[in-house]
Amino acid sequence: MTTTSTKTDVVRGTSTRRWRFPGYVAVFLGPALIIYTMFMVYPLLDSLRLSLFSDEGAFVGLANFRELLPGGSLSSSFWNALGNNFVFFAFHFLVQNPVGLFLAVLLTQHLLKRGRGTYRTLIFSPTVLSVVIVGFIWQLILSPLWGVVSTPLLGLTSTALPTLSLMSVWQFVGIPMMFFYAVLVGIPQDLIEAARVDGASGWTIFWRIIFPLLLPMLGIISIITYIANLNAFDLIYSVQGALAGPEFSTDIMGTLFYRSFFGFQLQAGSTAMGATVATAMFIVILLGVLVYLFGWAKRVETYEL
Amino acid sequence: MTTTSTAVDRRSGRGKRGLTKATIHGVLFLYTLVALVPIALIVMNSFKTRRAIFDSPFTFPNSETFSLKGYETVWERANFVRYFANSITVTVVAVALVILLGAAAAYALAEYRFTGNTFLTLFLAIGVMIPIRLGTVSILKLMVSLHLVNTLVALILVYTAMGIPLAVFILAQFFRQVPKDLKDAARIDGAGEYRVFFLSLPLVRPGLAAVAVFTMLPVWNDLWFPLILAPGESTKTVTLGVQVFLGQFVSDWQSVLAALTLAAIPILLLYVVFSKQMLSGITEGAIK
Repeated sequence: MTTTSTKTDVVRGTSTRRWRFPGYVAVFLGPALIIYTMFMVYPLLDSLRLSLFSDEGAFVGLANFRELLPGGSLSSSFWNALGNNFVFFAFHFLVQNPVGLFLAVLLTQHLLKRGRGTYRTLIFSPTVLSVVIVGFIWQLILSPLWGVVSTPLLGLTSTALPTLSLMSVWQFVGIPMMFFYAVLVGIPQDLIEAARVDGASGWTIFWRIIFPLLLPMLGIISIITYIANLNAFDLIYSVQGALAGPEFSTDIMGTLFYRSFFGFQLQAGSTAMGATVATAMFIVILLGVLVYLFGWAKRVETYEL
Repeated sequence: MTTTSTAVDRRSGRGKRGLTKATIHGVLFLYTLVALVPIALIVMNSFKTRRAIFDSPFTFPNSETFSLKGYETVWERANFVRYFANSITVTVVAVALVILLGAAAAYALAEYRFTGNTFLTLFLAIGVMIPIRLGTVSILKLMVSLHLVNTLVALILVYTAMGIPLAVFILAQFFRQVPKDLKDAARIDGAGEYRVFFLSLPLVRPGLAAVAVFTMLPVWNDLWFPLILAPGESTKTVTLGVQVFLGQFVSDWQSVLAALTLAAIPILLLYVVFSKQMLSGITEGAIK
């Protein structure tokens, strides 16, 4: 945005300072803005609006949200799904980030002269697959019918959610790996050498020099993961169905949203409740983004290398 | 995964200079196996007889255990060719639109100073952070009123809208780095603003590649919107088609394995061919 200010002179032939929206700018921006506004911004705003109305179209204020609070019809499902979603995220945060970072550190070791590209490519490959495929691959492998694993990990309320979380971590660990890798290869070698000359051990170099340089990226990866996790649906739906069994132990916001909107079995679908759950998800995501912006991004120092 | 990491810590603690070359290779190789074995297991067993799948899941198919029955069932019972055609249509058109419209918008925001530039930049930035799925209720209503339910057009429009914000965000960074002298030289030679834009496009090719990657995978792999906007047999994408097929044939392991292999292999091949561009695209995108 700072560079745009220097480009004032580019808008040629407009000596008057008042008209600053030449026709070609409209042509460049128009199509993108129209599609984006019509199919993304408008539906998002309209969903927020619909959460304040009943299915019959009457304005009901915050009554729909009361259903999510203790005593409301969706209360137990909502808090269960929200809790499960945080567990789902916690697994990603606590397993995916360290494993991804660990792999990235190994990949950037200078001793590793060959094979870097091959390892990177192969380890990243599950990420390109559809979540549906990954879900079914693991469902088959973990099926007691096949006998590779004898415990029905996906069938027990105590193990189903951790298992699904780790399946997702298995698939997406390549993303933090690549992002950390991008930062690590950008760290000037002189910096590391200087520390080594001063007698710092590999461990000290990592924690005192490299890790602080990685913190901004850790924040970015975490907030991307947080948003993606709160938005997750495909994996649970493919492996456990819309009822997110066993006994809703793997129900997350995405599956709850789907059921409240379309209904399932005895529960009738409702536009208003669908919009309400979506709005609640929006608020939870927004809170996460605020925590990231003010709790993390403001405190973590970014170093210019 | 945890075991591999502790193994390294132990070994690295013992050595004087930290990690040895063999350890690094060993650990990376082990993790590569963790990533690949599950996929290999599926592909391998899809070519085996039902009995062999259960009796010896970890062996390669041989002349005795080789069978294509799963593939035959998939061929007879599911319209995979149609699913693939649908997925390719949706992905190619959506990615092309995102790149073209996104690049044009990014160019305008990066190149010109005009009233509302900052506002429009922020307006588009919102879309990077907020998932489009949250607007599903209204998107479905909108598509119903436009008579677009069960058409590929519905999917293309939604995915284009979904891809534009990130594309603009990434490409604007790239366009800012195109040397001003170059563009001004073109202008002095009499090129109009549209021509200058098309001349600048090849200079941001790494950015376009990054955007193509970031846009393509989520579109191809999405289950949510095909399920909600286009679940009809004639508009099913591969991801939804596989999901429905697997749901129906759960107990027919040969067919399930074959369907999974059919769905996974094309995207994996594409990935192997373009992995260099894809991974550098991700790295570029990550740093921007």
